[in-house]
Amino acid sequence: MNIAMLVFIACSVMAIVGALALILAREPVHSALALVLVMISLAILYLLLGAAFIAAIQILVYAGAIMVLFVFVIMLLNAGEEVRTNVSRLAKWVGLPLGIFFLLEMAYSLFREYGGRAALAGGTAAPVPASTRDLSMKLFTEFVLPFELTSILILIAVLGALVLAKRES
Amino acid sequence: MEFVTHHPVLVVSLIKIAIALFVVMTALAYLTWFERKVVARIQSRWGPYWVGPHGLLQPLADGIKFLFKEDIVPPAADKISYVLAPFLALALALTTLALIPIGPATISILGQPTQLVISHSNVALILLFAISSIGIYAVVLAGWSSNSKYPLMGGLRSSAQMISYEVSLTLSVVGVLLIAGSFDFYDIVGGQSGHWVHVIPKWHIFPQILGFICYLTAAIAETNRVPFDLPEAETELVAGFHTEYSSFKFAMFFMAEYANMITVSCLATLLFLGGWLSPFPETGAWRWQLYLPAAGLIIAGIGLIVGGLRGVQLSAKLVFPVLGIVCLGVGYLCTLPGVMPVIQGPFWFTAKVFFLLFFYVWARGTLPRFRYDQLMSFGWKFLLPLSLINLVVTSLVVVLRLR
Amino acid sequence: MFPPLQDLYRIAPELVLCAFGMLVMLIDPFVPATRKRSMGWLAFAGTLVALASLRWAALNQGSAYSGLFRVDMFSLFVHAIVIGVSALAILGSFDYLDRENIQRGEYYALILFATAGMGILAGSTELITAFVGLEMSSISTYILVGFRRTVLKSNESSLKYFLLGSFATAFFLYGIALTYGATRSTRFDVVNQAIAAHGAGPLLILGLGLIFVGLGFKVVAAPFQIYTPDVYEGAPTPVTAILACGPKAAAFAVMLRIFYSAFGSASHVWFWAIWVSAILTMCIGNFAALVQTNVKRLLAYSSIAHAGYILVAFAAASEIGVAAVLFYLAAYAAMTLGAFLIVAHVGGTNEQRLNIEDYAGLGTKHPWIAACFALFLFSLLGLPATGGFLGKLYAFQSALDQRIVWLVVIAAVNSVIGAYYYLKVVVAMYFHESNKEWAPMPMRAPMFVVLLLTAIATIYFGVLPNRLMELAIASARSLR
Repeated sequence: MNIAMLVFIACSVMAIVGALALILAREPVHSALALVLVMISLAILYLLLGAAFIAAIQILVYAGAIMVLFVFVIMLLNAGEEVRTNVSRLAKWVGLPLGIFFLLEMAYSLFREYGGRAALAGGTAAPVPASTRDLSMKLFTEFVLPFELTSILILIAVLGALVLAKRES
Repeated sequence: MEFVTHHPVLVVSLIKIAIALFVVMTALAYLTWFERKVVARIQSRWGPYWVGPHGLLQPLADGIKFLFKEDIVPPAADKISYVLAPFLALALALTTLALIPIGPATISILGQPTQLVISHSNVALILLFAISSIGIYAVVLAGWSSNSKYPLMGGLRSSAQMISYEVSLTLSVVGVLLIAGSFDFYDIVGGQSGHWVHVIPKWHIFPQILGFICYLTAAIAETNRVPFDLPEAETELVAGFHTEYSSFKFAMFFMAEYANMITVSCLATLLFLGGWLSPFPETGAWRWQLYLPAAGLIIAGIGLIVGGLRGVQLSAKLVFPVLGIVCLGVGYLCTLPGVMPVIQGPFWFTAKVFFLLFFYVWARGTLPRFRYDQLMSFGWKFLLPLSLINLVVTSLVVVLRLR
Repeated sequence: MFPPLQDLYRIAPELVLCAFGMLVMLIDPFVPATRKRSMGWLAFAGTLVALASLRWAALNQGSAYSGLFRVDMFSLFVHAIVIGVSALAILGSFDYLDRENIQRGEYYALILFATAGMGILAGSTELITAFVGLEMSSISTYILVGFRRTVLKSNESSLKYFLLGSFATAFFLYGIALTYGATRSTRFDVVNQAIAAHGAGPLLILGLGLIFVGLGFKVVAAPFQIYTPDVYEGAPTPVTAILACGPKAAAFAVMLRIFYSAFGSASHVWFWAIWVSAILTMCIGNFAALVQTNVKRLLAYSSIAHAGYILVAFAAASEIGVAAVLFYLAAYAAMTLGAFLIVAHVGGTNEQRLNIEDYAGLGTKHPWIAACFALFLFSLLGLPATGGFLGKLYAFQSALDQRIVWLVVIAAVNSVIGAYYYLKVVVAMYFHESNKEWAPMPMRAPMFVVLLLTAIATIYFGVLPNRLMELAIASARSLR
């Protein structure tokens, strides 16, 4: 039981609790914060894997930019507590068993694939040195096509915001 | 003891954290004193004067006052978020300091090679931005959880402002990164060593003057300071997002603000002002510069003794000469061959940070506050294009020089 | 190692489409509001240039960008379909946008970007590239669906499409992650080798299942079809026409590539999933269409049913099966595009005439439009001498070749059921008395050309299918 393992377990628990809280919280702001917690826990897990850059980007982009906008919008709309409807009761009775089934299936596949302990230890056993240089080399040579296409994708999103939000003159 | 020998890194880190925390907390406290003094001078006043000699104990008095005030939690507040917000603010503000090195990597203390940073990472800059980007939540949460009009509006304004200026802040730094080719502070500062025509240091501020201006402006806005302190525009919003906070929770926000100022100044020093590097060349003719830290301390010590003895207050007559003698002692220590090389980096680093902090205070004493719409259009329509232009020109130059 | 210049030629159609999209956006602010139609002509020119640039791409066939993208007959075939659909839909949008008072340059730019995304989907041989292509086409269409901003129904359908679509995309992404986890690569050829070497483990199967969820949403395969009628009904009708043809064709293309080239050696795994989905899709589409009174909704359900027929050919998992899918997609694009554009034309201002009874008397008042509509409906129904008939024939034939008898029997029964609702519309057009005044419906040249072209294509595919089928078979061959 080394420190890395302790951190791994702590972050995993934090991520799971955060994810549960995200779904169960009635107050939208609490849900959003729970999601931030999930993102940060995941980032720490990336750090454990030796991917500091990915970890930092994960926090910077998700927690620092996207979720801030979420919280901002929730505040701006002053959204009240969620109201439970019949549909979400359906989700409870059908969705929950299906979700649990999916979880078990995932666990089964992962254990089949990596075999119990190896999957757990994988996080700390062999940290992959993912330096920024390697990452950018890959991004700008091998994956240059999707990378450049993403810029078009962002352009589309900007265009969409313009179309949907611009005031009629 | 077994634990210590098994986890040397952990123990050394803990010692570093303890020292850093002590230094930063003291610096925070005296930064408020310094600010009040400087602003007072700008406005032809005396500033804090009566608590201790020249008001030197004022920060302590303020701290005690905050501690003993009643800690009020508004009944309609969202308890968890309300309590979480100030802790988040201060914790994040202090965490970022862990990534900032204050001296070169090759230094040995007591014969042991030691890094003058709590946690070294090769993507330190991005990690620092990542951690500080979470800081917005403190403001947002404080504003929202108070369940009150003014804090909410203050929180909204503040977060909008921070989101807007974060873009320029990050973009203005990219120019430096392009030149340095690394996210590691050691590499970034190392790349700034050397001189042009033997006199002008190769600091990034000279090629990146546009970036530096953008950075400084955006940084002031990021830390919600004058002239961008709209979130707490007293005349409109009482006290902004922390209106409903009292006692020590308020103090935490207060300390977080000053800690952020220090972080931002440290970052500017590392990125643009050559970090811990001396502005003078390191040739034989310039060897006397190694005695500058000692000389500075000795001059300060003499000044304190003389000024203290000529002072009016009795306490000043007693305390200042003692402080002056301490200064002289430390100044002598700085000339010892074991200490002199170690002290150079931190000395220059601190001097530069101190200058930037003075700039902050100076701006506060001089500039009037922006209006909200002016602030937004300034950020998006002026600062952002400016930093984009800087980015484009820099990358063009870097590429052309690579050819 | 930077990609060679030749790779640029291989993505020439996408480059042209994106360039024209940006050009439209750049010029648009300087065009006065009354002359926005010129932006449409510019976009139309863009699609024509893109079609022409296909020839350029065809001269430079092969893998591009370190195996992430591939130009082969298959990709060119699908490119031709999606770009053709967009070109015709742009022409068919002019009058509609004028009537609805939403004639804006962004509309055309978005169509071009969406088409570029579909092209990427058609040519991608790697999951991340496919994902970006999927997002490009999806996000553009989310916006296009909500383009009638003042119409509540359009907003509703846009929101629905966006929320469910994002959900489906998330599934797709999750599937990619699992596939990568199992095979250490997202490239189709490497995945295929990994499966051939180690077999398909549970992780990989789960990944494939999740990918199917994501793509099933785009091709409207059951049980991921729920959004279809609402979204198709609320969207501006020319956009519905694009939705029903373009993204569907592109998504089927990438699905073929993923299932055949990447997971080809695991076809026993996915066969039953496709089988069940095909049956569900056909039955849900046809039975729900029986009770529809709104023509737009009816055609939406019909589009679900047709996705089911295509899945029948998909399940065959043979070269002829792939060719049948491609043939079906082409024939289906022609007739569906025509049908929806007629609905747009007949609908009039604010889409008032959408119910089946509203079509009463169309046969006598506007005989040519009615004749065209009848032709498209007959083709959708699968009457001989139309493209739809031969599409179904090839599809069922390819499945029978692989001894998938029950699926074909159910499909045949379904097409008989389908006849009822198509004929209901035809009967209303020709044999019912009109209860609403028919306003004059002047048809301008662009619309006329579109209807003419789609009608000719429908008949041509039905009477002289050889040329198209040869191309489809050649495409199917290039996929392996």
